[in-house]
Amino acid sequence: MSDMIEAPGSDAADGGETSRMNMIQAINSAMDIMMTRDPDVIVMGEDVGYFGGVFRATAGLQAKHGKTRVFDTPITECGIIGVAVGMGAYGLRPVPEIQFADYIYPALDQLVSEAARLRYRSAGEFTSPITVRSPFGGGIFGGQTHSQSPEGLFTHMSGIKTVIPSTPYDAKGLLIAAIEDNDPTLFFEPKRIYNGPFDGYWDRPSQNWSKHPAGEVPTGYYKIELGKAKIVRAGEALTILAYGTMVHVCAAVIAETGIDAEIVDLRTLVPLDIETIEASVKKTGRCMIVHEATRTSGFGAELSALVQERCFYHLEAPIERVTGFDTPYPHSLEWAYFPGPVRITEALKKIMKDA
Amino acid sequence: MASEHPRADSQPLRNLPGLTLHVPEPKFRPGDPVDFAEVDVPPAGQARRPDTADKASDFTDLAYTLVRVLDDEGNAVGPWDPKLSPDMLRRMLRSMALLRAFDERMFRAQRQGKTSFYMKALGEEAVAVAAAYALDYEDMCFPSYRQQGLLIARGWSLVDMMNQIYSNTADRLGGKQLPIMYSVKEAGFFSISGNLTTQYPQAVGWAMASAAKGDTRIAATWCGEGSTAEGDFHSACTFAAVYRAPVIFNVVNNQWAISSFSGFAGAEATTFAARAVGYGIAGLRVDGNDALAVYAATQWAAERARTNQGPTLIEHFTYRAEGHSTSDDPGQYRSEGEPNAWPLGDPIKRLKDHLIAIGEWDDERHAAQDKELAEQVKAAQKEAEKNGILGHGLHQPLESLFDGVFEELPWHLKEQRQQMLDEETASGRPWDRKA
Repeated sequence: MSDMIEAPGSDAADGGETSRMNMIQAINSAMDIMMTRDPDVIVMGEDVGYFGGVFRATAGLQAKHGKTRVFDTPITECGIIGVAVGMGAYGLRPVPEIQFADYIYPALDQLVSEAARLRYRSAGEFTSPITVRSPFGGGIFGGQTHSQSPEGLFTHMSGIKTVIPSTPYDAKGLLIAAIEDNDPTLFFEPKRIYNGPFDGYWDRPSQNWSKHPAGEVPTGYYKIELGKAKIVRAGEALTILAYGTMVHVCAAVIAETGIDAEIVDLRTLVPLDIETIEASVKKTGRCMIVHEATRTSGFGAELSALVQERCFYHLEAPIERVTGFDTPYPHSLEWAYFPGPVRITEALKKIMKDA
Repeated sequence: MASEHPRADSQPLRNLPGLTLHVPEPKFRPGDPVDFAEVDVPPAGQARRPDTADKASDFTDLAYTLVRVLDDEGNAVGPWDPKLSPDMLRRMLRSMALLRAFDERMFRAQRQGKTSFYMKALGEEAVAVAAAYALDYEDMCFPSYRQQGLLIARGWSLVDMMNQIYSNTADRLGGKQLPIMYSVKEAGFFSISGNLTTQYPQAVGWAMASAAKGDTRIAATWCGEGSTAEGDFHSACTFAAVYRAPVIFNVVNNQWAISSFSGFAGAEATTFAARAVGYGIAGLRVDGNDALAVYAATQWAAERARTNQGPTLIEHFTYRAEGHSTSDDPGQYRSEGEPNAWPLGDPIKRLKDHLIAIGEWDDERHAAQDKELAEQVKAAQKEAEKNGILGHGLHQPLESLFDGVFEELPWHLKEQRQQMLDEETASGRPWDRKA
């Protein structure tokens, strides 16, 4: 992981003293800080109150900020998002949690037809300044209902932003920016890397964030601008576009193979940092796109189209997409589904064969 | 060889006839004579009026009857009589008549090709108008598409409403929404969605926010009986019950959801007010064509909400006398005799008869008022049409198509906006900019 060049504070305002945090603690800190700074920020969701959330992301927030600002909800995702939209119309800045991204589908109408369209349809009279947090992605033996990556559904819909962090440092800064943003934002948290970066080898000892530079997180307020990708490893041989867990898996593969890849952590899918992508691919002439979500109509398809449209004459090999398969997320065969080191390595061979 | 599974060799489980599937069917279809004798209409004044502090479980009977104030002779009777001043009664009557005149004119404007779409509230004018008078002006309304009476009763500009219907240069929504999908924050009127019942949980969220902030304002929301089947309705009821949200749920049971009668939302089995019972929230079933009953029920529910007694669900039993919208012909799916046979009558006539019965109104004044209101609407229409009608030229800056997707325009929308402007140039047929 030494290839992960990540200096805290490099692209953000000064957040003061730092301390070691895993991604859950960083996310908790972002909500705590925003609730302290802005009395209109409220947190709601299934099990987020007294208990502090099934992943502990909201631990301690109710005790500190009170029951009317941090509360448990009935088990209706449609209701959670619909209520959040109404609270936003009142003037609050809700941060609802959907316990697993796999549970977000009952809320689809409220997200797509309401939150995402309210500013447009009311010509700005009403807005939805809500940030929907949701753990997503697999790699924890969660089976098909605790492992999905539905980001492509939302990037397809106009009017909603999609943010996916890959480190504790980014998670905190991006979540603060999302909460302050006046548009509805989906904040998908890659739960496989809540406790530590992941090299893609499920049978190796798990790592934690304590030794990773991006596990050093400012304890105070700072934010990372939405829509800005980060080059986590500079290189010349090819460009790898990834986000969330796959950033770390790609970095590990690159460290092993010694290929001089440039790894771009997109961080925000909408709005997308097209400038960074375009500059990188034009420099390297090769582009590999890696995501855990299913392949067909996935966000990788959009990335592939954009790169082709903008960088065609710079490309020296066909664009490679490395993704999950177009199946439900399996349980026992999880690691056959997961786009891990083998699938990435095979794609690297293809894209580099004439280099 | 016998199977080891005990059922494998046996005969069908029971010696019963096969199952049958029940598919509801309305009583009357086109051409059928109409007789609403089976519609149970209890006498006015009979329903009891609980104290607003009573527990919802103590008056569940009110979900299965009809709260009625105006009797057949035009008298206001019983404990729900809100005892309004003649002046207030006349204001309500005027708003209902203005709504009808407005609907009539705008329906015709659609038929004349001046806009794409319209929806009337004919026969159910009391539902929105009386509620608007019973609520405070600052209370927040989350309407469905047939509560334009709220805006009219709150005195909102007819010209402004028409500008929206025409999507013209003065349309406050910049031509972005289907006609009648108003949004008027200033008048406490939330942006209407075309997707049904999404406003229900939103109203609960607004009400919860008001309560959490120690505000005194409450929320009210409306949906049709058909869309009580949506999951949003049930999510909203659960949330409102759990947090005792200061919200009023109105179910406008006008018998028809486009061409589907109320049986497809469960009306054959129970009332819509009875939905409240299962959630433990207050439920009232009200004669929706009785402006005084609607006023009284809304006022009662508002008092409960304002005193932290939580939500109330009010079923307004009424009848949709017109088609669903300008896009359907009710003659294709229901008997034409229904609107006139509806046993609860015309809400405007009933309030008018009451005012006459108490000596505060007469036919001449009513006729004069109708004429005056028709003139008022006509003048408003003339004014609105100065700002253009749909399809006649470009009423908004072309590039405004991209405004409001996000607070700030990201690069991909900027690119697409430029593409659109380039298309105009390339077409050789520039838009007619009348604005």
